[in-house]
Amino acid sequence: MISTNLRIIAIAGSLALLLFIIELVRRRRLKEEYSVLWVTTAIVVLLLAAWGGLLHDVTHVLGAISQASTLYFFGLIFVIFLLLHFSVRVSNLERRVVAMIQEIALLSANRPNEGANDRPGYEQEGSAP
Amino acid sequence: MSLLIIIPAFNEEGRVGKVVRDVKRSLPQADVLVVNDASSDGTAAEATAAGAITVTLPVNAGYGAALQTGYKFGVRNGYSIVGQIDADGQHKAEYLVEMLSALEAQNVDVVIGSRFLDRDGHYQPSLARAVGIGLFARIASLITRQHISDPTSGLQLMRINVASFFCSEVYPTDYPDADILILLHRTGFQIREVPVQMLPSPGDSMHAGHRSLYYVYKMLLSIFVTMLRPRPRPAP
Repeated sequence: MISTNLRIIAIAGSLALLLFIIELVRRRRLKEEYSVLWVTTAIVVLLLAAWGGLLHDVTHVLGAISQASTLYFFGLIFVIFLLLHFSVRVSNLERRVVAMIQEIALLSANRPNEGANDRPGYEQEGSAP
Repeated sequence: MSLLIIIPAFNEEGRVGKVVRDVKRSLPQADVLVVNDASSDGTAAEATAAGAITVTLPVNAGYGAALQTGYKFGVRNGYSIVGQIDADGQHKAEYLVEMLSALEAQNVDVVIGSRFLDRDGHYQPSLARAVGIGLFARIASLITRQHISDPTSGLQLMRINVASFFCSEVYPTDYPDADILILLHRTGFQIREVPVQMLPSPGDSMHAGHRSLYYVYKMLLSIFVTMLRPRPRPAP
Protein backbone atom coordinates (compact mmCIF):
# COMPACT_ATOMS: atom_id res chain seq x y z
CA MET A 1 0.00 0.00 0.00
CA ILE A 2 1.10 3.55 -0.62
CA SER A 3 1.21 5.89 2.33
CA THR A 4 -1.83 8.01 3.07
CA ASN A 5 0.29 11.13 2.58
CA LEU A 6 1.35 10.09 -0.93
CA ARG A 7 -2.25 9.13 -1.74
CA ILE A 8 -3.53 12.54 -0.63
CA ILE A 9 -0.78 14.38 -2.55
CA ALA A 10 -1.44 12.33 -5.71
CA ILE A 11 -5.21 12.87 -5.53
CA ALA A 12 -4.90 16.57 -4.75
CA GLY A 13 -2.21 17.06 -7.42
CA SER A 14 -4.15 15.35 -10.20
CA LEU A 15 -7.38 17.13 -9.21
CA ALA A 16 -5.58 20.49 -9.25
CA LEU A 17 -4.10 19.67 -12.65
CA LEU A 18 -7.53 18.72 -14.00
CA LEU A 19 -9.13 21.93 -12.72
CA PHE A 20 -6.23 24.04 -14.03
CA ILE A 21 -6.55 22.50 -17.53
CA ILE A 22 -10.33 23.12 -17.58
CA GLU A 23 -9.72 26.71 -16.47
CA LEU A 24 -7.15 27.20 -19.24
CA VAL A 25 -9.61 25.89 -21.83
CA ARG A 26 -12.37 28.10 -20.37
CA ARG A 27 -10.16 31.17 -20.74
CA ARG A 28 -9.21 30.06 -24.26
CA ARG A 29 -5.55 29.92 -23.28
CA LEU A 30 -5.42 26.20 -24.26
CA LYS A 31 -7.15 24.77 -27.30
CA GLU A 32 -9.47 21.81 -26.65
CA GLU A 33 -7.40 19.81 -29.10
CA TYR A 34 -4.26 20.11 -26.99
CA SER A 35 -6.01 19.38 -23.70
CA VAL A 36 -6.73 15.74 -24.54
CA LEU A 37 -3.40 14.27 -23.42
CA TRP A 38 -3.28 16.47 -20.30
CA VAL A 39 -6.80 15.53 -19.20
CA THR A 40 -6.03 11.83 -19.79
CA THR A 41 -2.87 12.12 -17.68
CA ALA A 42 -4.73 13.76 -14.81
CA ILE A 43 -7.61 11.28 -14.90
CA VAL A 44 -5.39 8.18 -15.02
CA VAL A 45 -3.23 9.37 -12.11
CA LEU A 46 -6.38 10.34 -10.18
CA LEU A 47 -7.94 6.90 -10.77
CA LEU A 48 -4.80 5.06 -9.70
CA ALA A 49 -4.39 7.20 -6.58
CA ALA A 50 -8.02 7.11 -5.45
CA TRP A 51 -8.79 3.48 -6.26
CA GLY A 52 -6.52 1.37 -4.10
CA GLY A 53 -7.60 -1.97 -5.61
CA LEU A 54 -6.80 -0.81 -9.16
CA LEU A 55 -3.35 0.41 -8.16
CA HIS A 56 -2.69 -2.92 -6.43
CA ASP A 57 -3.73 -4.93 -9.49
CA VAL A 58 -1.82 -2.76 -11.98
CA THR A 59 1.31 -2.94 -9.80
CA HIS A 60 0.99 -6.72 -9.75
CA VAL A 61 0.57 -6.92 -13.55
CA LEU A 62 3.57 -4.63 -14.11
CA GLY A 63 5.65 -6.66 -11.69
CA ALA A 64 6.61 -3.49 -9.82
CA ILE A 65 7.55 -3.78 -6.16
CA SER A 66 6.23 -0.46 -4.90
CA GLN A 67 2.81 0.91 -5.75
CA ALA A 68 4.33 4.39 -5.67
CA SER A 69 6.52 3.47 -8.65
CA THR A 70 3.38 2.47 -10.58
CA LEU A 71 2.06 6.00 -10.08
CA TYR A 72 5.37 7.55 -11.20
CA PHE A 73 5.56 5.13 -14.11
CA PHE A 74 2.22 6.25 -15.52
CA GLY A 75 3.07 9.89 -14.89
CA LEU A 76 6.35 9.47 -16.79
CA ILE A 77 4.74 7.57 -19.69
CA PHE A 78 2.32 10.44 -20.25
CA VAL A 79 5.07 13.05 -20.03
CA ILE A 80 6.99 11.19 -22.75
CA PHE A 81 3.85 11.03 -24.91
CA LEU A 82 3.28 14.74 -24.38
CA LEU A 83 6.83 15.60 -25.42
CA LEU A 84 6.57 13.44 -28.52
CA HIS A 85 3.24 15.06 -29.31
CA PHE A 86 4.90 18.48 -29.11
CA SER A 87 7.78 17.39 -31.36
CA VAL A 88 5.21 16.39 -33.97
CA ARG A 89 3.41 19.72 -33.53
CA VAL A 90 6.65 21.68 -33.83
CA SER A 91 7.56 19.83 -37.04
CA ASN A 92 4.13 20.65 -38.42
CA LEU A 93 4.44 24.31 -37.39
CA GLU A 94 7.88 24.52 -38.99
CA ARG A 95 6.48 23.25 -42.29
CA ARG A 96 3.73 25.87 -42.21
CA VAL A 97 6.13 28.66 -41.28
CA VAL A 98 8.47 27.77 -44.17
CA ALA A 99 5.53 27.74 -46.59
CA MET A 100 4.52 31.21 -45.36
CA ILE A 101 8.07 32.56 -45.54
CA GLN A 102 8.18 31.40 -49.16
CA GLU A 103 4.84 33.01 -50.01
CA ILE A 104 5.94 36.33 -48.52
CA ALA A 105 9.18 36.14 -50.50
CA LEU A 106 7.32 35.38 -53.75
CA LEU A 107 4.98 38.33 -53.18
CA SER A 108 7.97 40.64 -52.91
CA ALA A 109 9.64 39.51 -56.16
CA ASN A 110 11.79 42.35 -57.46
CA ARG A 111 12.13 42.37 -61.24
CA PRO A 112 14.92 44.43 -62.75
CA ASN A 113 12.88 45.36 -65.87
CA GLU A 114 9.78 46.57 -64.09
CA GLY A 115 9.46 49.87 -62.29
CA ALA A 116 13.10 50.60 -62.99
CA ASN A 117 12.40 54.29 -63.24
CA ASP A 118 10.94 54.73 -59.81
CA ARG A 119 13.99 53.27 -58.11
CA PRO A 120 16.56 56.04 -57.85
CA GLY A 121 20.11 55.19 -58.71
CA TYR A 122 19.06 52.01 -60.45
CA GLU A 123 20.81 51.12 -63.66
CA GLN A 124 20.32 48.02 -65.69
CA GLU A 125 23.52 46.55 -66.94
CA GLY A 126 24.20 47.06 -70.64
CA SER A 127 21.25 49.35 -71.37
CA ALA A 128 20.36 52.93 -70.72
CA PRO A 129 17.97 53.42 -67.79
CA MET B 1 11.13 27.28 -74.30
CA SER B 2 11.65 29.47 -71.27
CA LEU B 3 14.47 28.91 -68.87
CA LEU B 4 14.88 30.02 -65.25
CA ILE B 5 18.16 29.70 -63.34
CA ILE B 6 17.78 29.81 -59.56
CA ILE B 7 20.62 31.05 -57.35
CA PRO B 8 19.95 30.50 -53.65
CA ALA B 9 22.10 33.00 -51.75
CA PHE B 10 22.89 33.65 -48.11
CA ASN B 11 25.36 36.45 -47.42
CA GLU B 12 27.07 36.23 -50.80
CA GLU B 13 27.83 39.92 -51.33
CA GLY B 14 30.88 40.27 -53.55
CA ARG B 15 30.23 36.90 -55.24
CA VAL B 16 26.55 36.69 -56.25
CA GLY B 17 26.74 39.54 -58.80
CA LYS B 18 29.54 37.79 -60.65
CA VAL B 19 27.58 34.52 -60.71
CA VAL B 20 24.48 36.31 -62.08
CA ARG B 21 26.51 37.95 -64.86
CA ASP B 22 28.25 34.65 -65.56
CA VAL B 23 24.88 32.89 -66.03
CA LYS B 24 23.52 35.72 -68.20
CA ARG B 25 26.62 35.58 -70.39
CA SER B 26 26.45 31.80 -70.86
CA LEU B 27 22.66 31.62 -71.24
CA PRO B 28 21.41 34.97 -72.58
CA GLN B 29 17.90 33.54 -73.04
CA ALA B 30 17.56 32.62 -69.35
CA ASP B 31 15.93 34.58 -66.58
CA VAL B 32 17.99 34.57 -63.42
CA LEU B 33 16.31 34.42 -60.02
CA VAL B 34 18.31 35.07 -56.87
CA VAL B 35 16.57 33.74 -53.77
CA ASN B 36 18.01 35.82 -50.96
CA ASP B 37 17.74 33.75 -47.78
CA ALA B 38 17.47 36.73 -45.39
CA SER B 39 21.06 37.82 -45.92
CA SER B 40 22.35 40.52 -43.60
CA ASP B 41 24.60 42.02 -46.30
CA GLY B 42 23.96 43.55 -49.72
CA THR B 43 23.26 40.28 -51.53
CA ALA B 44 19.83 41.33 -52.85
CA ALA B 45 20.97 44.75 -54.09
CA GLU B 46 24.01 43.27 -55.80
CA ALA B 47 21.84 40.62 -57.49
CA THR B 48 19.32 43.20 -58.71
CA ALA B 49 22.11 45.43 -60.00
CA ALA B 50 23.50 42.47 -61.95
CA GLY B 51 20.11 42.05 -63.65
CA ALA B 52 18.57 39.21 -61.66
CA ILE B 53 15.02 38.95 -60.42
CA THR B 54 15.29 38.77 -56.63
CA VAL B 55 13.00 37.37 -54.00
CA THR B 56 13.90 37.85 -50.35
CA LEU B 57 12.85 35.48 -47.58
CA PRO B 58 11.84 37.51 -44.50
CA VAL B 59 13.71 35.13 -42.16
CA ASN B 60 16.49 32.66 -42.82
CA ALA B 61 14.95 29.34 -43.83
CA GLY B 62 17.84 27.25 -45.16
CA TYR B 63 19.18 25.98 -48.48
CA GLY B 64 16.33 23.62 -49.35
CA ALA B 65 13.62 26.14 -48.47
CA ALA B 66 15.35 28.80 -50.59
CA LEU B 67 15.61 26.42 -53.55
CA GLN B 68 11.98 25.38 -53.21
CA THR B 69 10.98 29.07 -53.28
CA GLY B 70 12.73 29.23 -56.64
CA TYR B 71 10.87 26.14 -57.91
CA LYS B 72 7.57 27.71 -56.87
CA PHE B 73 8.49 30.90 -58.71
CA GLY B 74 9.38 28.89 -61.81
CA VAL B 75 6.18 26.85 -61.78
CA ARG B 76 3.90 29.84 -61.18
CA ASN B 77 5.52 31.95 -63.87
CA GLY B 78 5.24 29.31 -66.54
CA TYR B 79 8.87 28.43 -67.17
CA SER B 80 9.50 25.13 -68.92
CA ILE B 81 13.02 24.39 -67.62
CA VAL B 82 14.45 25.29 -64.21
CA GLY B 83 18.12 25.17 -63.23
CA GLN B 84 20.11 25.92 -60.11
CA ILE B 85 23.65 27.08 -59.44
CA ASP B 86 25.46 28.00 -56.22
CA ALA B 87 25.93 31.68 -55.40
CA ASP B 88 29.48 31.34 -54.09
CA GLY B 89 31.11 31.07 -57.51
CA GLN B 90 32.00 27.39 -57.08
CA HIS B 91 30.25 26.46 -60.33
CA LYS B 92 30.98 27.81 -63.78
CA ALA B 93 27.80 28.74 -65.62
CA GLU B 94 29.20 27.58 -68.97
CA TYR B 95 28.48 23.97 -67.92
CA LEU B 96 24.77 24.84 -67.81
CA VAL B 97 24.91 25.13 -71.61
CA GLU B 98 26.11 21.51 -71.95
CA MET B 99 23.63 20.41 -69.33
CA LEU B 100 20.82 22.16 -71.23
CA SER B 101 21.65 20.34 -74.45
CA ALA B 102 21.83 17.05 -72.51
CA LEU B 103 18.38 17.75 -71.08
CA GLU B 104 16.93 18.64 -74.47
CA ALA B 105 18.66 15.98 -76.53
CA GLN B 106 17.95 12.97 -74.36
CA ASN B 107 14.89 11.58 -72.75
CA VAL B 108 15.79 12.77 -69.26
CA ASP B 109 14.05 14.92 -66.67
CA VAL B 110 16.96 15.98 -64.46
CA VAL B 111 20.58 16.71 -65.37
CA ILE B 112 23.15 16.94 -62.56
CA GLY B 113 26.60 18.47 -62.91
CA SER B 114 29.02 16.00 -61.32
CA ARG B 115 32.48 17.02 -60.19
CA PHE B 116 33.63 13.39 -59.87
CA LEU B 117 32.42 11.92 -63.16
CA ASP B 118 35.50 12.64 -65.26
CA ARG B 119 37.81 11.25 -62.56
CA ASP B 120 40.56 13.74 -63.29
CA GLY B 121 40.87 14.52 -59.60
CA HIS B 122 40.52 18.26 -60.14
CA TYR B 123 38.21 18.54 -57.16
CA GLN B 124 39.72 17.53 -53.83
CA PRO B 125 37.18 17.67 -51.01
CA SER B 126 38.20 17.21 -47.39
CA LEU B 127 38.46 13.59 -46.26
CA ALA B 128 35.27 13.66 -44.17
CA ARG B 129 33.36 15.24 -47.04
CA ALA B 130 34.76 12.76 -49.55
CA VAL B 131 33.74 9.82 -47.34
CA GLY B 132 30.24 11.24 -46.89
CA ILE B 133 29.70 12.01 -50.57
CA GLY B 134 31.20 8.63 -51.55
CA LEU B 135 28.95 6.71 -49.16
CA PHE B 136 25.75 8.33 -50.37
CA ALA B 137 26.83 8.18 -54.00
CA ARG B 138 27.24 4.42 -53.51
CA ILE B 139 23.85 4.03 -51.79
CA ALA B 140 22.08 6.16 -54.41
CA SER B 141 23.75 4.18 -57.22
CA LEU B 142 22.66 0.87 -55.68
CA ILE B 143 19.06 1.93 -55.22
CA THR B 144 18.60 3.73 -58.54
CA ARG B 145 20.62 1.05 -60.39
CA GLN B 146 22.54 3.71 -62.29
CA HIS B 147 25.87 5.37 -61.68
CA ILE B 148 25.48 8.39 -59.39
CA SER B 149 28.80 10.02 -58.52
CA ASP B 150 27.84 13.37 -57.03
CA PRO B 151 24.49 13.44 -55.19
CA THR B 152 25.49 16.62 -53.32
CA SER B 153 25.95 18.73 -56.45
CA GLY B 154 24.14 22.07 -56.38
CA LEU B 155 24.44 22.43 -60.15
CA GLN B 156 21.28 20.97 -61.65
CA LEU B 157 18.82 21.44 -64.48
CA MET B 158 15.32 19.96 -64.60
CA ARG B 159 12.09 19.96 -66.55
CA ILE B 160 9.26 21.94 -65.00
CA ASN B 161 7.29 18.83 -64.02
CA VAL B 162 10.18 17.90 -61.71
CA ALA B 163 10.21 21.39 -60.17
CA SER B 164 6.45 21.13 -59.79
CA PHE B 165 6.92 17.80 -57.98
CA PHE B 166 9.46 19.52 -55.71
CA CYS B 167 6.91 22.20 -54.76
CA SER B 168 4.98 19.67 -52.66
CA GLU B 169 5.84 18.49 -49.18
CA VAL B 170 8.03 15.69 -50.59
CA TYR B 171 10.89 18.18 -50.76
CA PRO B 172 13.16 18.45 -47.71
CA THR B 173 13.55 22.10 -46.78
CA ASP B 174 16.90 21.70 -44.97
CA TYR B 175 19.29 20.16 -47.46
CA PRO B 176 18.22 17.97 -50.33
CA ASP B 177 20.81 15.37 -51.31
CA ALA B 178 20.95 11.66 -52.24
CA ASP B 179 17.50 11.15 -50.71
CA ILE B 180 15.89 13.41 -53.30
CA LEU B 181 17.62 11.55 -56.16
CA ILE B 182 16.26 8.27 -54.81
CA LEU B 183 12.81 9.86 -54.52
CA LEU B 184 13.03 11.05 -58.15
CA HIS B 185 14.02 7.58 -59.28
CA ARG B 186 11.14 5.99 -57.36
CA THR B 187 8.73 8.50 -58.88
CA GLY B 188 9.89 7.50 -62.35
CA PHE B 189 11.93 10.55 -63.37
CA GLN B 190 15.06 9.97 -65.46
CA ILE B 191 18.32 11.34 -64.02
CA ARG B 192 21.51 11.96 -65.99
CA GLU B 193 24.89 13.14 -64.73
CA VAL B 194 27.16 15.35 -66.81
CA PRO B 195 30.84 15.89 -65.89
CA VAL B 196 31.69 19.43 -64.81
CA GLN B 197 34.61 21.19 -63.19
CA MET B 198 34.06 22.86 -59.84
CA LEU B 199 36.27 25.04 -57.74
CA PRO B 200 36.69 24.05 -54.09
CA SER B 201 33.95 25.66 -52.03
CA PRO B 202 35.22 28.88 -50.44
CA GLY B 203 33.85 27.46 -47.23
CA ASP B 204 31.06 29.42 -45.66
CA SER B 205 28.49 28.50 -48.28
CA MET B 206 24.95 27.31 -47.62
CA HIS B 207 26.17 23.73 -47.95
CA ALA B 208 28.32 24.28 -44.85
CA GLY B 209 25.15 23.32 -42.96
CA HIS B 210 26.39 19.77 -43.47
CA ARG B 211 27.52 19.15 -39.94
CA SER B 212 29.12 15.85 -40.81
CA LEU B 213 27.77 13.43 -38.21
CA TYR B 214 24.25 14.83 -38.21
CA TYR B 215 24.38 14.93 -42.01
CA VAL B 216 25.19 11.21 -42.22
CA TYR B 217 22.46 10.39 -39.70
CA LYS B 218 19.85 12.57 -41.39
CA MET B 219 20.63 11.25 -44.85
CA LEU B 220 20.57 7.57 -43.78
CA LEU B 221 17.22 8.06 -42.02
CA SER B 222 15.82 10.06 -44.91
CA ILE B 223 16.81 7.43 -47.48
CA PHE B 224 15.44 4.66 -45.24
CA VAL B 225 12.01 6.29 -44.83
CA THR B 226 11.94 7.26 -48.51
CA MET B 227 12.23 3.54 -49.30
CA LEU B 228 9.47 2.73 -46.80
CA ARG B 229 6.99 5.22 -48.26
CA PRO B 230 4.78 4.26 -51.17
CA ARG B 231 6.03 5.38 -54.57
CA PRO B 232 4.81 8.96 -55.09
CA ARG B 233 2.97 10.10 -58.19
CA PRO B 234 4.28 13.19 -59.93
CA ALA B 235 2.05 16.23 -60.08
CA PRO B 236 0.13 16.39 -63.37
